[in-house]
Amino acid sequence: MNRLDRIPRTLWVLFALLGASHAVRAGDDQRGPSVVLMPKYKQECAACHVAFPPGMLPADSWQRLMNDLPHHYGTDASLDATTVSELAAWLSANSGTYKRVREAPPEERITKSAWFIRKHDELPVDVWKRPAVKSAANCAACHPQADQGNFNEHAIRIPR
Amino acid sequence: MTRSVLIQLAGATLIATFGTATRAATPADLQAAYSALSATTAVPDRGQQLFTSRHGREWSCSSCHGAVPTQPGKHASTGKPIAPLAPAFKPDRFADAAKTEKWFRRNCNDVMGRECSPAEKADVISWLRILK
Repeated sequence: MNRLDRIPRTLWVLFALLGASHAVRAGDDQRGPSVVLMPKYKQECAACHVAFPPGMLPADSWQRLMNDLPHHYGTDASLDATTVSELAAWLSANSGTYKRVREAPPEERITKSAWFIRKHDELPVDVWKRPAVKSAANCAACHPQADQGNFNEHAIRIPR
Repeated sequence: MTRSVLIQLAGATLIATFGTATRAATPADLQAAYSALSATTAVPDRGQQLFTSRHGREWSCSSCHGAVPTQPGKHASTGKPIAPLAPAFKPDRFADAAKTEKWFRRNCNDVMGRECSPAEKADVISWLRILK
């Protein structure tokens, strides 16, 4: 088989892959495809909160956030410089580029993103204040598989 | 052992940067190293006092770890569960000098607005070690 014969087949494979990934995105109830979380990201960041999927913030939000870890939403989350740059590179490479995620939310807060507010607008206000929820950032209170990046509507369990 | 842990504590940043040195330690090693740095003897009661009191700010250590950290705690702002801090209830606590330094740095800063002194760290570890 010469090189020219191979091109169409390669392209077909590429089209098939693109089609499949597009189908997953369109049908999935989350911002972009879920990525395999870097172990260090889980270890360092998920010690205090859910391992937020990197695709839920745009690259410039992640960059600002990683540049100021000593002042991280009211707590000191400082890390050594090497870990910061490793995490920042991974977050940036996997950041959100999908539709509205491209727009940086106020204070780099996922929960202040327009898409997040719209997705949650049918919830009664008191749900956020229930002891088991406490904070809109506590994804796992209602999305039990949030740590695996699964925010599918069918898995939601709202605590009483 | 104390001397090597001391070196590790002093070089925690360097170790974290290069990620090569072995950092295995025990809570007793770390307490001894902090005591050596401060040239004082650790007092468990003083550690408990520091741990459970507020220091002019919103949180004490207990806000997240519980008053007696033999049980799981809960992060005061995110609600995320925190495994027990007392080493008798979670064996990997205070087993890594760099990790211990990282959390003392961050959490003392949140609770007290400054880093804890080596004497304070030794006091806290000495109290946590007697919780059985």
